[in-house]
Amino acid sequence: MSAETWQQVVFWFFALLITGAGVLVVTTRNVIHAALWLVGALMGAAAMYVLLFAEFVAWVQVLVYVGAIVVLMLFGLMLTRAPIGSAEFDNNQRPLAALCATAVFVVTSVILVGGFEGKEINFARTTGTTTESVGTAIFTSYVWPFEVVSILLLAALVGAVVIARRD
Amino acid sequence: MPVSFFLVLSALLFSIGIYGVLARQHAVLVLLSIELMLNAVNINLVAFSAMLEEAGLGGQVFALFVIAVAAAEVGVGLAIVILIYRNRQSVDLDELDLMKW
Repeated sequence: MSAETWQQVVFWFFALLITGAGVLVVTTRNVIHAALWLVGALMGAAAMYVLLFAEFVAWVQVLVYVGAIVVLMLFGLMLTRAPIGSAEFDNNQRPLAALCATAVFVVTSVILVGGFEGKEINFARTTGTTTESVGTAIFTSYVWPFEVVSILLLAALVGAVVIARRD
Repeated sequence: MPVSFFLVLSALLFSIGIYGVLARQHAVLVLLSIELMLNAVNINLVAFSAMLEEAGLGGQVFALFVIAVAAAEVGVGLAIVILIYRNRQSVDLDELDLMKW
């Protein structure tokens, strides 16, 4: 099989993984399982980044999302003493929510497919983007957004401590 | 491979996140659905970055910024959830109608 065929196979495998895991995140009855299915969706997204020549973003995804955010979510679930298993976690607007989500999907995908018709991603190139070039881009063209993000993280850190502190 | 494959995938993931935000009652599960939506945006950014390879790495850099903002959002969001739980012994979003007019 050619490289292009393999890329198609990898794309469809991980697209199915992301979609299936995402659907299970929003439908499963067990809150811990929801967080663990989120790991599946996030790892599938990381695989997509590798397929799209973004290795550094993929590893940041694994470290920050799977390593930190999902663990925080699990802590949140444990600390709020969620009734694991039996309970009902959905409210009574599920049909309306499904309708709304379907409408958003149809509208966005029709517009995006129409707007980007014929645009191809060139998978034939042999070199990926290196971490060095990403670092150069961050610290030259995007250094101000980078500083703003660091201030945002500091503010979020202080805010989280102040909000959750027990007086 | 057409870029629209990735765009439709991310639209699908975003819609799944919207469904979760609207249909879930537990506050932490709503935060999980928001993470799905942020990931859909990231897939879009990285796909456009790969499509416009001569235009620099702005898509990948902004995907990294989105990941950082998601981390900040989860930190503050879970702090709020824990505070609400401490005050009301419940994180059921349908019961939190104190500020509803």
